[in-house]
Amino acid sequence: MAEYQNLFTTVQPTGPTQAGVALPREDWQREGTPFFVHLLGRLGNAQIGPVYLGGLGVASLLFGTLAFNIMGFNMLASVDWNPIQLVRQLFWLALEPPPPSYGLSIPPLAHGGWWLIAGFMLTTSILLWWTRTYRRARQLGLGTHVAWAYAAAIWLYLVCGFFRPVMMGSWSEAVPFGIFPHLDWVSALSLRHGNLFYNPFHALSIVFLYGSVLLFAMHGATILAVSRFGGEREIEQIVDRGTASERAGLFWRWTMGFNATMESIHRWAWWFAVLCPLVGGIGILLTGPVVDNWYLWSAKHGVVPSYPTSYKVVVDPALQRPVAPVAKVAAAVAPAAPVAKALDGTAARTTTGAVVYFPVASPAIVDAQTAVIKELAAELAAKPDLKVSISGYHSATGDKAMNEELSKKRAFAVRDALVGAGIAEDRLVLEKPIQTEANISGEDASARRVEINTMGAK
Amino acid sequence: MMRGFRFRSLVLPLAALAVLAGCERPPIESVQTGYRGTGMQQLYNQRLLVTQASLNTAPEPAAAASADGPKAKDIYQNVKVLGELSVGEFARNMVSITQWVAPKEGCTYCHNAANFADDSKYTKVVARRMLQMTQHVNADWKSHVGATGVTCYTCHRGNPVPNQVWFAPADKRSTGALLGDLEGQNQPSPTVAYSSLPYDPLSQYLQDAKPIRVNGNEALAMTGSAANRNSTKQAEFTYGLMMHMSQSLGVNCTYCHNTQSFQSWDVSPPTRATAWYGIRMARDLNNDYLTPLTGTFPANRLGPKGDVAKVGCGTCHQGAFKPLYGAEMAKHHRELQGPLPVTVAAAGTAGGASTASATSASDASAVGAAGAASATGAASTDAAPAAAAPAAPAAGATDGNKVVGATN
Repeated sequence: MAEYQNLFTTVQPTGPTQAGVALPREDWQREGTPFFVHLLGRLGNAQIGPVYLGGLGVASLLFGTLAFNIMGFNMLASVDWNPIQLVRQLFWLALEPPPPSYGLSIPPLAHGGWWLIAGFMLTTSILLWWTRTYRRARQLGLGTHVAWAYAAAIWLYLVCGFFRPVMMGSWSEAVPFGIFPHLDWVSALSLRHGNLFYNPFHALSIVFLYGSVLLFAMHGATILAVSRFGGEREIEQIVDRGTASERAGLFWRWTMGFNATMESIHRWAWWFAVLCPLVGGIGILLTGPVVDNWYLWSAKHGVVPSYPTSYKVVVDPALQRPVAPVAKVAAAVAPAAPVAKALDGTAARTTTGAVVYFPVASPAIVDAQTAVIKELAAELAAKPDLKVSISGYHSATGDKAMNEELSKKRAFAVRDALVGAGIAEDRLVLEKPIQTEANISGEDASARRVEINTMGAK
Repeated sequence: MMRGFRFRSLVLPLAALAVLAGCERPPIESVQTGYRGTGMQQLYNQRLLVTQASLNTAPEPAAAASADGPKAKDIYQNVKVLGELSVGEFARNMVSITQWVAPKEGCTYCHNAANFADDSKYTKVVARRMLQMTQHVNADWKSHVGATGVTCYTCHRGNPVPNQVWFAPADKRSTGALLGDLEGQNQPSPTVAYSSLPYDPLSQYLQDAKPIRVNGNEALAMTGSAANRNSTKQAEFTYGLMMHMSQSLGVNCTYCHNTQSFQSWDVSPPTRATAWYGIRMARDLNNDYLTPLTGTFPANRLGPKGDVAKVGCGTCHQGAFKPLYGAEMAKHHRELQGPLPVTVAAAGTAGGASTASATSASDASAVGAAGAASATGAASTDAAPAAAAPAAPAAGATDGNKVVGATN
């Protein structure tokens, strides 16, 4: 028996070429006389042709060629018709969708009109090719699995280039036809919508992508490993389990406790592959029309992990208000005193609340920090529905138990100050952080602090 | 068969080399700057840093001159900016400027040899305005330049025209043509680090005050006036500006941002605030100092669209996270710290400081409002703390980031 464990196919069929089964009379005939190519036979099947083109194939190629030429000539024109520059800059060049100002209207040819035409041609070509794939499978009496897998990819293509732009009301949201430009579009889309990695459908899509790769590797390896027992003859093995199939199954049962069958492994692979663009497309379709900012969406649903920062957090300079508490605090602190360093109040206000800093080993709120509390109290008074959480922290130096007590007392001090300023106690939730030690880089004045964060409406 | 194998074993590495030819040769050092696993790190290439460091070395300051003696305005004619300096200090400043800006060309690059007071050379008029600009930066933009400040050398490095200035790029022949309009992007341009992003983000953000932020503050898509209508294309323009900054400072995104959320200030390093002021500073200088000089320059010094050379981040930074890696040149030149107070020399320092903080208020607010008109009293109180506060953490952060020093 031939072995299939090398990089290349070691056995090649020779003899008369196979023309394929007879086609019905209304079909076109297959094109070309089949022949053998030894080198290709090392990788796959040595016989090349004949090809069935058909009406759908010809139409698809026609539209595809038109799209390709529209893109190509636009790129060539953009480098002043210089073919050398076309080659040199090919990766940068693109046919861009219309600028945002055109919305969903028909733009002039120069500003996205060509993009619209090329997109229409390309989509037509792809859909015709899909139909051809479907029809040919039916003609051979096959299932239509290939067509539907291809349809999953077309779904993602249409979401990016058509469905989402239409839902956003602007062609400009679509993907440019170009190599680097379409990658820039991907990055920009993620940046614009607050990090696509926080999109759960994107995450699922990655699971299926990597899952497909894993399954592919496991399946390929298993079959190569049992090819010495005839394992590559999968169809035979499905019908009549031979020793190859038995050994392959046994191997995975031994190592993992569970194994696929010769048939089910292909179902797994098909679904993993198909689900990758399917869920990815859902994720993109939601990005913009439904969810504007995935980071904020995930934060809202509590799935954004919070990491300690080794640097001091700063306030958005654009948000500094007429009487900036931050600067007041900074100004109120005498520059030379050791306490001053600990109370450098640069992070007094954060976008979700405030931070109050404390001197070394003290739970007392110093004067310089009271401005922040007053301001927060005023804000809470203005928004009676708002609840806040209060969490105390300490620095890394000193006894652990004492420090934990200290961070608690600091939180109490802030709560008492807010109650003193007239805020109802039931709106102030004391929350013990999982880790009360707040600095990770040794002695850090900003670690001695209490964080006050809004929890949304009561 | 054996020969075939040898051939293949050669082809593969050769093909790999060809693919990687555009990449930077290792070793690349990664320095962690934040919590583990968050990708907060800076990448350095030792070999490139050595070259980079040698290009960013500050010259020794000229020997100090006495502040005593007659004032320049009383001895020389037509001294409009530095008149309050002593003659000795004035001469020291002129010698330093020559060293910094026109070492080959010498005094006559700006001065008429027959009459030094003459304003007939455009370079002298420009130089005077640039002195005022330097004073303005050091006095009013401490939020960006900190205590380090800038001198003429920060940008000029011995060149009459600084190396890294920018002009509005010329239109392509295909711009507006029936075929091949690239919509201002998709060209390998050094401005945006050879990416295919929009290649002129600087006109939009460092000259015009187009909004840079594209992110919204709502998780879900809103309707009506609450909707965030910024497009993906706008995000590309912002991205372009960021690539300019990254390239200019020789840093990657995580120097100022946390990639967990580029927009959130709660997770961003404090360097981001310094950069924020830097953008506004560049815009201020371009609109208030450089653009008004357009008519002063001869045509050959102007860009393809007739605009004056403008400053970007690279004009000062030139590939270093701090220009000249933070060398403190300005402290040796009191005349560059801010407009000189019209008092006796002894009270000069204190007076200078107070003028500085006073002007900082009005100027910074004018920039914030993207127009000089709104420098009212109310607005100036707004900006005063803005200028003062983030300077401190910024300085702290960059101290912590002396990675370059470490790798040297």
